[in-house]
Amino acid sequence: MKIALTALALGLAVSAGAQAQQITGAGATFPAPVYTKWGEAAKAAVGLELNYQAIGSGGGQNQILQRTVDFGASDAPMSAEKLETGKLLQFPTVMGAVVIIVNLPDVAMNQLKISGEMLAEIYAGKITKWNDPKIVEMNKGVKLPNLAIAPVYRADGSGTTFVYTSYLSAVSPEWKAGPGAATSVKWPAGAGAKGNDGVSATVHNTKGGIGYVENAFATQNKLTTIQLRNKAGHFVKPEMSAFIAAASAGDWVNAKNFAVDLIDRDGATSWPIVSATFIELPKDPKDPVRSANVIKFFDWAYKNGAALASGLEYIPLPEAVQTVVRAAWHSQVMSPDGKPIY
Amino acid sequence: MSHATTKRPSNLGDTIFEGLARFSGLFVLVLLGGIIVVLFIGGLPAFKQFGLSFLTSDNWDPVQEDYGALVPVFGTLVTAVLALLMAVPLAFGIAFWLTELAPAWLRRPVGTAIELLAAVPSIIYGMWGFFVIVPIMAEYVQPFIIDNLGELPLVGAFFQGPPFGTGIFTAAMILAVMIIPFIAATMRDVFDTVPPVFKESAYGLGCTTWEVMRSIVIPYTRISVVGGIMLGLGRALGETMAVTFVIGNTNRIAHTIFGPGNTIASIVALEFPESESGSLKLSSLLALGFILFVISFIVLAISRMLLKPGAKA
Repeated sequence: MKIALTALALGLAVSAGAQAQQITGAGATFPAPVYTKWGEAAKAAVGLELNYQAIGSGGGQNQILQRTVDFGASDAPMSAEKLETGKLLQFPTVMGAVVIIVNLPDVAMNQLKISGEMLAEIYAGKITKWNDPKIVEMNKGVKLPNLAIAPVYRADGSGTTFVYTSYLSAVSPEWKAGPGAATSVKWPAGAGAKGNDGVSATVHNTKGGIGYVENAFATQNKLTTIQLRNKAGHFVKPEMSAFIAAASAGDWVNAKNFAVDLIDRDGATSWPIVSATFIELPKDPKDPVRSANVIKFFDWAYKNGAALASGLEYIPLPEAVQTVVRAAWHSQVMSPDGKPIY
Repeated sequence: MSHATTKRPSNLGDTIFEGLARFSGLFVLVLLGGIIVVLFIGGLPAFKQFGLSFLTSDNWDPVQEDYGALVPVFGTLVTAVLALLMAVPLAFGIAFWLTELAPAWLRRPVGTAIELLAAVPSIIYGMWGFFVIVPIMAEYVQPFIIDNLGELPLVGAFFQGPPFGTGIFTAAMILAVMIIPFIAATMRDVFDTVPPVFKESAYGLGCTTWEVMRSIVIPYTRISVVGGIMLGLGRALGETMAVTFVIGNTNRIAHTIFGPGNTIASIVALEFPESESGSLKLSSLLALGFILFVISFIVLAISRMLLKPGAKA
């Protein structure tokens, strides 16, 4: 309060009732950087102080089911039954892309081209050499060494792994029937490393290494990414325009609980591995004021946070989707006396 | 006169102190028992679901919800035993040199350095392993082995595969470095307990330093030395962060010691944050914790038995 008064005295623009109101959330690590940035900006703009703990999607779901936080956050959408029994409303905030990185001596940035089916075979341990005829045929003119392929995956359970294995399951029936898609799976080949930084360091250390990381991480560390073949059969580079193309190709209108599938979408320029990250909010809040503040926070972020999100390499939510989410807030989150809280 | 001075002081302080000491002692027991019970109850659904096959299955499949403990248990035991094989000769050399050969002015600084090594946090060893040892292994050691031994008939398959640098062997190396100070310090201390008159008698008979070590010092201290090694083994079994960095985190049993693997402590650390409460996965992780507890308990019990003075052969 004293700080607020001082700020007023200095003539800074502080809105009335500058005492920041706390909201708490916990869950996914993937969107944590943008939530933190939004938190800082929203504190100045609308007086809401976000306390977000990046404990992992599983932990976030547990905490919101037990109502120990105001909202939960998870990368993988929660199942419809769990949302039903937990009386939770789920909505997306931002999207992110997963990109493939390699360590090959003579291969430049985005020079190598690979299809999803081949990626699945590499991670299944079926394609084991970089000069495999299938890879050579797809990459005429690229110098490919007689080197063992070293697939690297996330050893810690993670939303990134969920998105990546969902993609492999979408493009390869064998992968779907075998390891499947989850935050951690039974990897048939390769070695694991902890976190995006662990995966990129292991790929960097291992000649012939290949790995998957979040786009933001690859961009900031200037890692050697590759092109992937999308559903339309075109090779695309991992760039923001390709991510946005994939995001707008999603079927947002018919997706139940906004659990939209952005993996391997149609569209000539769509990057195939894109996914949204989600917030879970109680539909029957014990403390309507706090829940209303959570909604106020994300409403503000939808309106004003897009630039901050893009700056951190996230993909902002399309305008049309925001409108649908706002309607859901109004119609589904009720105070104990049955009135909409926002 | 003596009556006045020998009057016993009030023993209230003694009573309070005794109560506090007894509470502290019992508290440790209760805490330990509580941990075992919680781990067991948490792991019970997994034990019920899989029965004995939990111990023998090498499957760890979060998608099909089918879990087995064999790979992490195997990895835990193999890395710990390999680490001992590397650490014991080195630790013995250090202790031998410090007690018999080193000039007196060097013994103290080297001894202190060894004790300081034991105080380095394990995450530091993990980062050192990941950023220094793993690249060396991936860049030089493993390509050399793959190129030269991978083409051999029959045994070649044991040395093939991509050179990740991480793996069972690298993890064992880091573990060895971590437990050397423990074992060396214990050995040095017990070597010092050999009565000088024994050694001097042997020297008097014309024995060399090595003969004195082999025939006098080692037989005299054998049991305590084994006990010290067991303490090192106990540390190697439970080490988490350093191993997680360098073992490759693979839930398969590799067919070469350079291949990646997993240990109980590291799989629990990695999988725990994404395990939903009440899930079979969480229960399996707690069951793994219980198994590790049992293994560590057995190792410690053996070392206690061997370190007991009465047990001397």
